[in-house]
Amino acid sequence: MSRINDVGGMLGFPAVVEEPDEPAFHADWEAHVVALNAALLRRGVYDLDEFRDAIERMPPQEYLASSYYEKWFRAITTLLAEKGIATPAELAGELAGG
Amino acid sequence: MSATHDDAPVAARVRHVEALLEQRGWLAPGEIDERIDAFAAGGSPAHGAAITARAWVDPGFRARLLADANTAIGELGYSMAGGLQEQQLTVVANSEDEHHVVVCTLCSCYPIALLGPSPGWYRSEAYRSRVVREPRAVLRDFGVELPATTRITVWDASAESRYMVLPRRPDATEGLDETALAGLVTRKGLIGTAVV
Repeated sequence: MSRINDVGGMLGFPAVVEEPDEPAFHADWEAHVVALNAALLRRGVYDLDEFRDAIERMPPQEYLASSYYEKWFRAITTLLAEKGIATPAELAGELAGG
Repeated sequence: MSATHDDAPVAARVRHVEALLEQRGWLAPGEIDERIDAFAAGGSPAHGAAITARAWVDPGFRARLLADANTAIGELGYSMAGGLQEQQLTVVANSEDEHHVVVCTLCSCYPIALLGPSPGWYRSEAYRSRVVREPRAVLRDFGVELPATTRITVWDASAESRYMVLPRRPDATEGLDETALAGLVTRKGLIGTAVV
């Protein structure tokens, strides 16, 4: 069974649109997400296959609605929780100030 | 894409997670900023352009590049071993009869070491889904119309295996030196969504 990321050959997507003078990142947080992922991979918190898997098992609606680096951040927090580095509540900041 | 979202909430969440990890010793102070600087100083399409220009002027290098790209790019000081494991690089050469295009249908695998970060369209579902089914139509989205007799080959990259297109050398460039030739090579030319 294929997952939502497996879009090769899928029908119904629109024309490809280029963004003129596209910057490497559209916001600082995107660069931070890339750096964060590199640091955690380097530290062996998870490996690249686990990272990709965490993106690819996102619920399809969320996958399609998320920007590229939102998917990355979602995968990072999924893995941090699954690896026991922090609880989902801590990652969401729900204990901040508590 | 992100530019159309209100991304203040996600920016705050990223800052929060970063601070949490730093507090718990999973990140060193300043590590994120160092990595951002290193990323900005990393790959750029200029690397792919330099490789292309060398292949245009040096038939021996061209042959080595097409036979074993990982080794050949080392002659120019480039490497696919910058990550945790070396990625296999295959360079595919356009010719009069054949045009190559690169995609990653599953995600966004790309030769970052040689081309820098991938453009947003490369990562879009529209490109990933369509280019393997109707490459001519997608090339038309980019304003590229190839003769009907030109065979188009689409290469699907993976985590371990990356591709770069070697564009055809434009006509009437005999008088140009290697640096000037490299200046003609575009990122899209190296992905295959433009001719050079």
